[in-house]
Amino acid sequence: MHILETRHIVKQYAQHRALDDVSIDIPRGQIFGLLGPNGAGKTSLIRIINQITGPDAGEVFFDGKPLGPEHIGRIGYLPEERGLYKKMKVGEQLLYLAQLKGLSERQAMEKLKEWFIKFDIKTWWTKNVEDLSKGMQQKIQFVATVLHEPDLIILDEPFSGFDPINANLIKDEILELREKGSTIIFSTHRMESVEELCDHIALIHRSKKVLDGPKKAIKEQFKTHTYHVEYQGVLNDINPAYTVLDKKPIEDGFLRANIRIPRDAAVNELIRDLIDHVSVRAFGENIPTMNDIFIKAVGEVPN
Amino acid sequence: MKTIFLILKREYLVRVKKKSFLVMTFVTPILVSCIWLVPVFFAMRGIDQKKVEVIDENGKFGTTFKDTKELVFKPVNTSVETAKKEFSKSGYDVLVHIPKDILENPKDLKIYAEKNVSLEVKRGIEKAVEQEIENIRLIEAGIDRKVLESTKVDVSSDTYSLSDEGEKDSSSGAATGIGYFCAFIIYFAIFLYGVQVMRGVMEEKTNRIVEVIISSVKPFQLMAGKILGVALVGLTQFLLWILLTFGISTVASNLLGQSVGPQNRMEMMANQTGAAKTPPTEKAKVEQKSSPVASVLKAISTLNVPLIIGCFLLYFVGGYLIYSALFAAVGSAVDSDTDVQQFMFPITIPLVLSFIMAQFVIREPDGAVAFWMSMIPFTSPIIMMVRIPFGVPAWEIILSLTLLIGGFLGTAWLAARIYRVGILMYGKKPSYKELMKWVFYKA
Repeated sequence: MHILETRHIVKQYAQHRALDDVSIDIPRGQIFGLLGPNGAGKTSLIRIINQITGPDAGEVFFDGKPLGPEHIGRIGYLPEERGLYKKMKVGEQLLYLAQLKGLSERQAMEKLKEWFIKFDIKTWWTKNVEDLSKGMQQKIQFVATVLHEPDLIILDEPFSGFDPINANLIKDEILELREKGSTIIFSTHRMESVEELCDHIALIHRSKKVLDGPKKAIKEQFKTHTYHVEYQGVLNDINPAYTVLDKKPIEDGFLRANIRIPRDAAVNELIRDLIDHVSVRAFGENIPTMNDIFIKAVGEVPN
Repeated sequence: MKTIFLILKREYLVRVKKKSFLVMTFVTPILVSCIWLVPVFFAMRGIDQKKVEVIDENGKFGTTFKDTKELVFKPVNTSVETAKKEFSKSGYDVLVHIPKDILENPKDLKIYAEKNVSLEVKRGIEKAVEQEIENIRLIEAGIDRKVLESTKVDVSSDTYSLSDEGEKDSSSGAATGIGYFCAFIIYFAIFLYGVQVMRGVMEEKTNRIVEVIISSVKPFQLMAGKILGVALVGLTQFLLWILLTFGISTVASNLLGQSVGPQNRMEMMANQTGAAKTPPTEKAKVEQKSSPVASVLKAISTLNVPLIIGCFLLYFVGGYLIYSALFAAVGSAVDSDTDVQQFMFPITIPLVLSFIMAQFVIREPDGAVAFWMSMIPFTSPIIMMVRIPFGVPAWEIILSLTLLIGGFLGTAWLAARIYRVGILMYGKKPSYKELMKWVFYKA
């Protein structure tokens, strides 16, 4: 069962088609990475999911039903461009935002207390937002996003503006939210956090979805059947079925080589052949990183 | 509805709690009270009499000076030198020396005093001497002063308006004043609070909080909540201004009254409350004319006050709503203050134009220009308020209000269409053509 499904979404601006026939299924209880270069259409898709704008064609289903105003309270959204009312007290502001999401003042108060204790920010309650540092403001906005315990949380570049310690704190919170059953859409350019957090990814490029699926399956799909080996000796006499892509010396007289094997060849055979010819120190498969996959799929470096 | 109320509540509380709101609310009534209390204060202080010693070398003046409220004249028969020497002991405030040849050289009059002589005292003495010289010359020419006096007339008129209810006292002066006052307040309020709406929208846009908010509420709800919230701020502020001005004035005039003494106070009270309470005797009528406050009050009592207040509130709210919707649209379309001017201009034109035209409409409140401008929703709040104190047929008021409501719905629709697109558009400054495109975008 998917918490969110988009079917053939099209969004057209004056001269520019922001989304072109985008269909994505987001499985429940997972962290879903929404990737793509700048201007690919990620924000347009996120705005449609948040009902800030509507699609020109296509449908969106939330929990199997057409997306409607009744779902607003079940979605939490942290936009890439952060913003709070600068001249408003932190406490008042969070109460206000929570009430807009449909919480009563009492419910909001109770939940806020928990978060303020958890993050140890009790003294911030009566401070004006403009008196907090940028990182502190980000924390407040994160609390505002998840306070109403939404089923679907959309985080656009959640780590930007955080120092490593606080970024870790937020990362742990995201994982904890998933444990509790929330689904998280995670839009970012930072492939290392995709690697670390995402269960599922979709890649949008030039308004179209170009890649979609569980992270594992995508990695499998992008496997190049290449292996690396660190060795001493001469590699020239191995089975000609194996292609040595490159070799270069590393320290202590060892060399490192990348070898591609045919699709149906067994890895054991390769290892056996290698042992016959050279002395092996290390051996491993070249698994593509998210960065590699991104570059391969888009032909651009993520920035 | 609940969300609009939440937004309204925030907009209201944030503004009312601001220091600038408190300062504006409390300082303005004090200033307004001062504007009319200070002249009253000084007028009353001037009442203490000065004793004037007169040395008449010419001999023709003698005891002829008439005492006035400010001056008591007392002729003495000493030389100027001794009078000057003994002046400090004499108990007089001023010494006047009339030289022998005063009739030939009227500029030779000399006034002595220990302290500086106030302009008022100087004028009073000069006037008294002038009048006496005039008298002497008139007598020399063979004309009796009384004859001259009888040729002077003082014309003052009462105006009456003829309507179905019969002859009714009317005062075009009061109607003009009230109409212009109401129109000015509406003009002022539309600018003051309309710009607040615009600034609020711009703040949300430049802060980028708008994206979070409209993921929870519809853009129209956000706009409506803001406009209504600021409207309540305006009404609160005006109510406080009226109450405080009234309160401060009452307290201050009572304090002033006490310091002046019971008799003057009575006189003042009589002037303030007006002759309306005293029986319409000939004496009262004379008093009415002598007291401007009383005559204003009398004139106001001839106007249809409930109608004026009712219409004022309707046009105040209607005018504010129609313009603040447009101001909100402008706020959503721009990124920075520097871009505001371009879009503000077309909005302020009808507003400023109607304020200027109000002066002509007052002169001809039933003319064609007045009629049409009080029907167009963008000008009617000001122009109609100018006309109403002069009496406007009921059907015109109803039609004008209907058009105003229709106009508001139209501008609100238009503004909401621009607003929902504008708040999410960053970067380049939009053109008018682009704004029109936004109106027809599919949301």
